[in-house]
Amino acid sequence: MKLAKLMTSVAVAAGLFAGPVSAEDMRIALVVKALGIGFFEAAAEGAEEAAKELGGVEIIYTGPTDTTAEGQIEVINSLIAQQVDAIAVSSNDTDALVPTLKKAMQRGITVISWDSGVAEDGRMAHLNPSSNALIGNMIIKLAADHLPEGGQVAVLSATTTSTNQNIWIDEMNKVMGNYPGIEVVSTVYGDDLADKSYREATGLMQSHPDLDAIIAPTSVGIVAAAQAVADAGNIGKVNVTGLGLPSEMAGAIDSGASKSFAIWNPIDLGYSATMLAHQLATEAAKAEPGAEIAIGRMGTITLDDTNAAAMADPFVYDASNIADFKDIF
Amino acid sequence: MTFLKSRETILAAAIVVLIALIATRFPGFIAPANLVMVFTDTSPLMILAMGQMVVILTRCIDLSVAANLALTGMVCAMINVAMPGLPIAVIVAISILMGAALGAINGVLVWKLNIPPIVVTLGTMTIFRGVIFLLTDGKWINAHEMSAAFTGVPRTSLLGMPVLGWVSVLVAVVMVIVMARTTLGRAIYAVGGNPHAAVYTGIDVGKTQFLAFTISGMLAGLTGYLWIARYSVAYVDIAGGFELDVVAACVIGGISIAGGAGTVIGTLLGALFLGVIKNALPVVDISPFWQLAISGAAIIIAVAFNAQSGRTKGRIILKSAEHAQ
Repeated sequence: MKLAKLMTSVAVAAGLFAGPVSAEDMRIALVVKALGIGFFEAAAEGAEEAAKELGGVEIIYTGPTDTTAEGQIEVINSLIAQQVDAIAVSSNDTDALVPTLKKAMQRGITVISWDSGVAEDGRMAHLNPSSNALIGNMIIKLAADHLPEGGQVAVLSATTTSTNQNIWIDEMNKVMGNYPGIEVVSTVYGDDLADKSYREATGLMQSHPDLDAIIAPTSVGIVAAAQAVADAGNIGKVNVTGLGLPSEMAGAIDSGASKSFAIWNPIDLGYSATMLAHQLATEAAKAEPGAEIAIGRMGTITLDDTNAAAMADPFVYDASNIADFKDIF
Repeated sequence: MTFLKSRETILAAAIVVLIALIATRFPGFIAPANLVMVFTDTSPLMILAMGQMVVILTRCIDLSVAANLALTGMVCAMINVAMPGLPIAVIVAISILMGAALGAINGVLVWKLNIPPIVVTLGTMTIFRGVIFLLTDGKWINAHEMSAAFTGVPRTSLLGMPVLGWVSVLVAVVMVIVMARTTLGRAIYAVGGNPHAAVYTGIDVGKTQFLAFTISGMLAGLTGYLWIARYSVAYVDIAGGFELDVVAACVIGGISIAGGAGTVIGTLLGALFLGVIKNALPVVDISPFWQLAISGAAIIIAVAFNAQSGRTKGRIILKSAEHAQ
């Protein structure tokens, strides 16, 4: 009975969406920074979920094997050759991808960026996982919440040219006034390599003996920093926080090296990016400032002056909820 | 002998000067505990560089060491997740055997098919990384999934230094003996020094190169376990680009890219030179934008010094013939 009802509603929903797509499947390519990163694997899951919900949509999950713009350009060129209907890209470089993406748009392909954006010329719309201001505030808040008396914090970022991390750190610096007594003593770069991040974190603890927290807004960096803190015997003294994945950070939460960290839900992000790409590709919505676009179960987003929109607030994980999430992503 | 001595002495002196310079900016760097930490941190590089040295001595190059490390390390981590009770000694044995097998693949291709080593190892480098994808679907293996013994062994302190550091000491001792005191060691120098003469003395050049790749693979495999355990995380990109550091360590250490010349001690010093720079840059408070340029410049300066002191009149295959010239 229940099943039959469900089937009917799915059929109705599919019918509604399938209208303009015609019999042929719409192909939406999800281009990520690099294959093999847990975060993007989870986003791909969300994209598949959206595809299922929409019906008649095929997801092409692809990306280079290392985080380079050159690799992504190659991948995108091959997608253009395959004449996909939409490309949703999380870019390794703000500007380098623009010419290639422009070419894609000239061929009638819908192009959006998500997670890590490209310059306005290179895409129709951009979906931020959260707003940069909210993330910048969140990472310093995570550290400050455990330092009621104030203290010294340091930032361990990815590379010096990482678009995301640089914006978040800027936003963080803007709201520092709201956290009196918290001092950012240094910003270092681990290049998203485990060994370099580990060494940089160790260096931070050496050059700043009174350090209270390390903020790492990158998933490789936060894990390496937590390991460095544990190895230096500084658990309880130096709190590692920032942005990471629950599965990767479960060990650090258990050991106490990290008290809490935040991340949006990458499944939701992949889902929303696919929904947005689909809405634009089917011309159900138009990418223009002020446009309100429905993205399925995630509600509605509003494009700002640069055609960018924020999906949701980052979510805080700590000892109380890590067990529920560590097996998901 | 005096020439060998001087080359290594220059490099050792350079390292001492470097450490002294760093100490003027960050005095804590020369604390014995910190120097031990730097040595331990450099251990994976030293072990890999000794393997690479053997390969370069035979006029080949092994670009697949980092990928071999990543694949073997990932397999070790997967075995640990599947069988948490398996003794670490068994895992170490598996890592060495598997690394050797992967190295032997390179060796066979170079030996039997006569493909240039740089092409072979560029190919296997990509293949090994690809295999990790196939094994894991790109998923990470994280600290909480590994057993405490698995991640604990390399960091267990023994006489004030973690086991990781002692492993590199042990490997160095074995390698010194192998290179100086065994037929294989001398054959490796002969093959690189003058392959034609080596053939006339009854040495199988291809087979020696095969063995060199196997040794390199063996050490890469061992480092694979140590690396994964040290950083308590295994994923596809682990040690990405590290093969270039390994080659750089050898070149700084005075291993001739043309083969046949170089020592284990030189290689170790070359690795330590890089290790000191890598560990010093985070603490000397230099803008990260300058760091890459500085480490690159340091490598070129070191090599330039080596090239100056390394000009020899000829290569020596047989020690006894040295004085007969």
